Amino acid sequence: MKRIVDRRSFLKLAGAATALAAGGCAGFGSQAKARVVVIGAGFGGATAAKYIRMWDPGIEVIVVERESGFVSCPMSNLVLGGSKSMDELRRGYDGLRRHGVQVVADQATGVDAAKRVVRLARGGDLAYDRLIVSPGIDFLFNDIQGFQAAMDAGTVLHAWKAGPQTVALRKQLEGMRDGGVYVLSIPLAPYRCPPGPYERASQVASYFKKAKPRSKVLVLDANPDVTSKGPLFKRAWAELYPGMLEYRGGAKAIGVDARSNTLKLETEDVKGDVLNVVPPQRAGDIAAQAGLVTVNNRWCGVDWRSMESVAVKGIHVLGDATLSAPLMPKSASMANQQAKTCAAAVVALLNGRQPDPDPKIVNTCYSYVSDNEVIHVASVHHWNEKEKTLTTVPGSGGVSAARNELEAKYAWSWAQNIWNDAFA
Amino acid sequence: MRLAIACAALAAAPIVASAQELPVGGQLAASCAMCHGTGGRSAGGNEPLAGMPKEELIRKLSEFRSGAKPATVMHQIAKGYTDPQLNLIAEYFSAQKK
Repeated sequence: MKRIVDRRSFLKLAGAATALAAGGCAGFGSQAKARVVVIGAGFGGATAAKYIRMWDPGIEVIVVERESGFVSCPMSNLVLGGSKSMDELRRGYDGLRRHGVQVVADQATGVDAAKRVVRLARGGDLAYDRLIVSPGIDFLFNDIQGFQAAMDAGTVLHAWKAGPQTVALRKQLEGMRDGGVYVLSIPLAPYRCPPGPYERASQVASYFKKAKPRSKVLVLDANPDVTSKGPLFKRAWAELYPGMLEYRGGAKAIGVDARSNTLKLETEDVKGDVLNVVPPQRAGDIAAQAGLVTVNNRWCGVDWRSMESVAVKGIHVLGDATLSAPLMPKSASMANQQAKTCAAAVVALLNGRQPDPDPKIVNTCYSYVSDNEVIHVASVHHWNEKEKTLTTVPGSGGVSAARNELEAKYAWSWAQNIWNDAFA
Repeated sequence: MRLAIACAALAAAPIVASAQELPVGGQLAASCAMCHGTGGRSAGGNEPLAGMPKEELIRKLSEFRSGAKPATVMHQIAKGYTDPQLNLIAEYFSAQKK
């Protein structure tokens, strides 16, 4: 079952990935019993890479990541609200290197599962014994006519991947006149971070309340109702932002007219001063190229006991790209937890053992409804042999009793700890 | 390429074939790390669990589960675990360095 890292594949690696040359020979190659390649250093990929090294330093781990640093989506709505800065969301990859993880600054462009090789954009191949694909999401831009052109022109943004668009959207909000309308369009579930859009609406309203009190937040949701923590969000909106935040369910965007700042719904056109459209999503591009997408051309089916793809043996998929199990959100928490299930399974398999047949994982998602009050949703998921998937443990989980300031402290601590769990 | 060849020579060295075992309770307890830090070493805010005596942690988790100890979220999470699982988790954290 095990495949030794052979001289040929090693030469290929050393010759192809010049980024590795900086690391020289140290830490890889010489004593490795096997090599794991990880595509994507987000919450899923970085955590899996670190935990494999923690649990078995005899395994060589190489992470392929196209971005020069990590920017956290969780907490990025607070940048839009003005209570946090972008710098507080950033992490580098040196912590991974301290665990002996090789980080290659390149983009994976394809996978040859038969040859067990990842192709890199800069040329050359990386051989693997097991591959972990944690690509996050990409967008179905064509589902919203005119959006991509408007986004490329910088006029209508999604800001659903934290980074330059987060900064640009904050600038749009700062530049908006008092009395203007911010329109947030939410796609049908499933999408990354179910409570995220409602937190964003709350954060923008929190900013308007202080800086532009005559302005409006209009939430146009393709879903029939708020998809996560509904009663808690609605109560916060009614009590904190009365007359400022309007929510409409069943309002699906189909197009954007950037010239007239108009969002086209199935039933009507809506004008706004700042349009923020979150398009429908699917597993990140590399998942499709690797043949991992199994459902609706969008998501990757996995065996939740190992996170191994149901389509391609030897490849594990993590995070938002997976076809979520029942009541499982696409969240950083879940990617973190799946990464550990995966790391333990990979360590077991590469040592000739079977993965834990009964994994148990936890989700905790915090949302800021103002700059200092937070609500949570939590759940515990375990293997259900009858349904062959993860289901929630009966009697466990729930939401906050009410929004509160104590959980703002816990939420920020969660962020520090989950970032450290991946990158420190 | 000289570097690559030198490395390749090292790559031909004997293979380590020890069967690596995770620490007892390690996979189960790893779930806690996203809020309480890797190995229970919290960055602050949420309670550090590393090095907490086993009996103390079992008592806290049991009280969260029964509702005897007030909580924001831990009562909801503790209800997802059995006694033997809480025991394994407590054993793991008690053995971690602070």
